[in-house]
Amino acid sequence: MASETKHLEMTLETIVESVNLAEEMCLRVAEAAGFGEDDCYRIGMSVREGVINAFHYGNQERPDKKIYLAVDLTADKMIIHVLDEGVGFKLADVPDPLAEENLLSTSGRGIFLMRAFMDEFEVVSGRTGGAEIVMSKKLPTPGSASPNGQGGRNATPQQEA
Amino acid sequence: MSLHATHRDAGKVTVVDLSGRIVLGDGSALLRKTIRGLLEDQRKMILLNLADVDYIDSSGIGELVSGFTAVKNQSGDLKLLHLTKKVKDLLQITKLYTVFDVFTDEGTAIRSFS
Repeated sequence: MASETKHLEMTLETIVESVNLAEEMCLRVAEAAGFGEDDCYRIGMSVREGVINAFHYGNQERPDKKIYLAVDLTADKMIIHVLDEGVGFKLADVPDPLAEENLLSTSGRGIFLMRAFMDEFEVVSGRTGGAEIVMSKKLPTPGSASPNGQGGRNATPQQEA
Repeated sequence: MSLHATHRDAGKVTVVDLSGRIVLGDGSALLRKTIRGLLEDQRKMILLNLADVDYIDSSGIGELVSGFTAVKNQSGDLKLLHLTKKVKDLLQITKLYTVFDVFTDEGTAIRSFS
């Protein structure tokens, strides 16, 4: 049976409230797609972090700029795009928040969390010239959605107390 | 759910009871204001009770770290109590779990300041 991709998109203002709005919208899509509670948390957190990144780093909190959020539901995964109107950035230039010298940094963990919580994650140059975050989560197979659903490839805690 | 914060004294230790989400915006701002206010009142031994905080984003993590550093810079201490599973997992994957002193019992946590 052929499956069609469902596509949703919204244009967000560069304001703090857009972070919650984007999270809520994507959570509804994730729940409707059958993701369990833990995966919904990870997807919601990743969307938050993507929009925070666009709001703060990409658009420099400038209200004249927009944030573009899109969600694609394909036959096997949920794909989220977050595009800003900044100047873009390279993942290689993002400091490692787990490095000893960065542990007490007050910022710079958003990209790390998205990579940890999603199955696929990349940053490309968007049509606006800004950064476009593209991240995806594999859809749960029927009957597998549970409150203890698995996270992304890096979601396992890396240390114990 | 927005963040709520109340504090109470336990000897020289101030226990801050937080509930809600510590996220970008009002939540992070309230946490910053609460810690800075305590430092201005010379309350430098701070125990954050996170029992009712089930969500922290990167902004909230940054504010926890900022508060920790501010308190340490004034020769005080900031410790954490009653982490929910999600918050504990978040501190573990960001390697902050070993930066903060974390407790599951309030009495033990308060005594640890002496």
